[in-house]
Amino acid sequence: MQESNLVREKKKFQVIGTRPKRPDGTDKVTGRALYGGDINLPSMIYGEILRSPHAHAKIISIDYQEALAIEGVKAVITAEDFPSLEDVTKKVGEGAVNIRYRSNNILAKEKVLYQGHPIAAVAAKDKNIARLAIEKIIVKYEILSPVLDVREAMKEDAPILLEELRTVSMGEKIDKPTNIAKHIQLKRGNIEDSFAESDIIIEREFYTSMVHQGYIEPQSVTALYNNDGDISVWTSTQGAFIAQQQISDVLNIPLSKINVIPMEIGGGFGGKVSVYLDPVAILLSKKSGSLPVKITMSRKDVLMATGPTSGSYIKVKLGAKNNGIFTAVHAYLAYEAGAYPGSPVGGGAVSLFAPYKLDHLLIDAYDVVVNKPKSEPYRAPGTTNAIFASESIIDEIAVKLKIDPIELRLINAVKEGDRRIDGPTYGRIGLIEILEEIKAHPHYHSKLRGKYQGRGIATGFWFNYAGKSSVYASINGDGTVNLIEGSTDIGGSRASMAMQLAETMELPYESIIPKVVDTNSIGYTEGTYGSRTTYSTGWATHNLGNELIRLMKEKAAAHFETEIGNIVYSKGNFTSSDKEISFIDLAKLMKGNPVTASSSIHPKRASPGFGTHIVDVEVDPETYKVTILRYTAFQDVGTAIHPSYVEGQIQGGVVQGIGWALNEEYIYDDTGNLVNHTLLDYRMPTSYDLPMIDTVLIEVPDPDHPFGVKGVGEVPIVPPAAAIANAINDAIGHRLNRLPMSPKNIFESINQVK
Amino acid sequence: MNMKKFIQTSINNERVEFICEPRDSLLSILRENLRLTGTKEGCNNGNCGACNVIIDGVLVNSCLVLAVEVEGKKIETIEGLAGKDDLHPIQNAFLEEAALQCGICTPGFIIATKNLLDINPNPTEQEIRKSLAGNLCRCTGYDKIVRAVIDVAKISNNKGDE
Repeated sequence: MQESNLVREKKKFQVIGTRPKRPDGTDKVTGRALYGGDINLPSMIYGEILRSPHAHAKIISIDYQEALAIEGVKAVITAEDFPSLEDVTKKVGEGAVNIRYRSNNILAKEKVLYQGHPIAAVAAKDKNIARLAIEKIIVKYEILSPVLDVREAMKEDAPILLEELRTVSMGEKIDKPTNIAKHIQLKRGNIEDSFAESDIIIEREFYTSMVHQGYIEPQSVTALYNNDGDISVWTSTQGAFIAQQQISDVLNIPLSKINVIPMEIGGGFGGKVSVYLDPVAILLSKKSGSLPVKITMSRKDVLMATGPTSGSYIKVKLGAKNNGIFTAVHAYLAYEAGAYPGSPVGGGAVSLFAPYKLDHLLIDAYDVVVNKPKSEPYRAPGTTNAIFASESIIDEIAVKLKIDPIELRLINAVKEGDRRIDGPTYGRIGLIEILEEIKAHPHYHSKLRGKYQGRGIATGFWFNYAGKSSVYASINGDGTVNLIEGSTDIGGSRASMAMQLAETMELPYESIIPKVVDTNSIGYTEGTYGSRTTYSTGWATHNLGNELIRLMKEKAAAHFETEIGNIVYSKGNFTSSDKEISFIDLAKLMKGNPVTASSSIHPKRASPGFGTHIVDVEVDPETYKVTILRYTAFQDVGTAIHPSYVEGQIQGGVVQGIGWALNEEYIYDDTGNLVNHTLLDYRMPTSYDLPMIDTVLIEVPDPDHPFGVKGVGEVPIVPPAAAIANAINDAIGHRLNRLPMSPKNIFESINQVK
Repeated sequence: MNMKKFIQTSINNERVEFICEPRDSLLSILRENLRLTGTKEGCNNGNCGACNVIIDGVLVNSCLVLAVEVEGKKIETIEGLAGKDDLHPIQNAFLEEAALQCGICTPGFIIATKNLLDINPNPTEQEIRKSLAGNLCRCTGYDKIVRAVIDVAKISNNKGDE
């Protein structure tokens, strides 16, 4: 087992901080765990989806009579089968979505807005027949010019995607057709005067491309529209209740009719919050006479038509004094929302300088539609793009002022009581602790050996989210505890829930039996996103444990024939003066008289996350291939419940960030055709591209949370792009302003290719 | 195109017979006809390794093998790895090291690791990384997977020395 790089002030836990095997582990290493595509129901038929070959076109007509006539075809649907919806904006996950747009993204109505936009769907008795039927559907299009770049889309004469779209600029609606859905402005202080008083001002432009979450399991949904109108949906989703709500909104069916059964999920990273296939499978099932319908996306479907995160154009101007203190920032961010509004540009605008004290700022941010798939959250949505820009400029200032890059960050770093750039005051955050830890770390003081080697540093930020969670438990006759939860286990959260309950109840980890259940079987629980599950569901689990102990104390009091106030519980034993009974023995006595409890919680806020990374790279002077030599990620993790899975979150996020930095990008031709829609050409990192990813877990507990938990999943994707860009500059003396920093882009940047 | 073929093969040391179309991939037959869903589909074009199985000692992407090709062959899948009483040491090492998060790539990695250690029982870290480069994992950053493989190779070799 890996040695723990844990910085903790005091150890006071029995279970928390240990590294037990996960409860669902055996099923997952033996192939028994059932993921979205692994369900096979009696009489099940298969759905396929017809997708647009064009990036921007009007749909003139859809003729599916020939498809419907094929033997074995059970049903065909188009957008005409969906209810007409008003423009209503609803909260979905951490964002907000216009449900009419959501419906139109699921099956296109009147227009297609990106290559791969679904148009019609077929259900047939086998996949081959369904595929054949799809080919027989005749769609007539009027092809329109696509707009594929965020700044092109903002021009006055750009092709318009959504005729009715109007810019909402700082709350005001501007009444003319546009591709700009939203303009947000953050303004504080006086930037003109502050820039005038600055000793150094750096202004740079940055470009990033759309990148995909890259989960290995394609979306797969199986749905049954039962003869009585009850609907069952088996799907891999980050949030069963979030899927249920979207299905209800889009199909205009009451929530209570829809039971979402979450299968094991093969990765999500934000990309499995929005629904794509679920309403389609439900309507196909209904039209097929209540046969269960399974639809699984191909990898090409996943890349063409499910949530990448936004590409962006960012311009940042930062001023500083000779002593390193930042004076003012002026920034402009334009993010590609994809086909419908809703990029994470708001998060980008705030996170840009969230780690630093700044009193004078003007930041304009724009959410812009383009003929690409609707963007979806991807790990710390919007933040990696922004911090690539800000941390590159900060590095440039450090070099020019000859200030150590960690010192420069320490001079400006936020701590408890400081205000975030958009106003809120920070609570107990650990950025200073992180930076001090780096100064003492061997990696920071190690020598680089080669001519083309360099070291880079960057700090990342993520808001973290709390949200609503429910849990339920029953105590079994043998003293074990069934823990029922609604949080999708995407990376070991059954273990972290069981550990928090075991810690609360002073029981062994092994005596907790966690289970993730369907929407009919547990109270409302938000999705596994925003780094919220270990925080909020864990908090609910703590409250649940306390309630179970209270109920067991009542039982113990009855058993000892005394008052509950006389019962003391410690380390698995109930005592009253000279009498003692163990938790297990008491549970045995209670057979047929069970103890059950439930707990629901909605914490108002969660502590934000900070992390700073150091990377050493080597640049091949002939091919410009960048090799990662050494990587260390430092993060304030609050309290690490299961350190292995905390390290795993950091390592996984870092490697996604490395992929974003060096290889990954959506490549479109001029017609809006996605050229690299395979995992060979959309090049995610492999084991052979990487060294070990070292982590240092710094524990600055959240004072509100019973165990001090802070969300850890999002932050680690944020610093890598900037840290690697800074390391490349250190290696070859050239600053890059475009992601990915692939050999081609480095060559073009160095040789000034336009 | 619909002329169905009758195929006899061996899967995890059991004789297995199935009927397939010539165009069916081994992956689709494993998952849909034989209900061996431990072998996963991630890309269906040979780029992710989630569908790895071993045929006659050779590691393959089962999505790129036609089902008709396995006539008379010996196939090993994830379902055949654990012993009667215990998990396979590779499976144990993946659990001990927390080498999985979502777990969808795990069967492919475990099969690829078995094939690696069958051929090279004492691989270096770089040999492990190169051998597993055909398997994509998006959750872990590979660190704990590589550690798990290093661990299991060490354990197996120590046992051999006794």
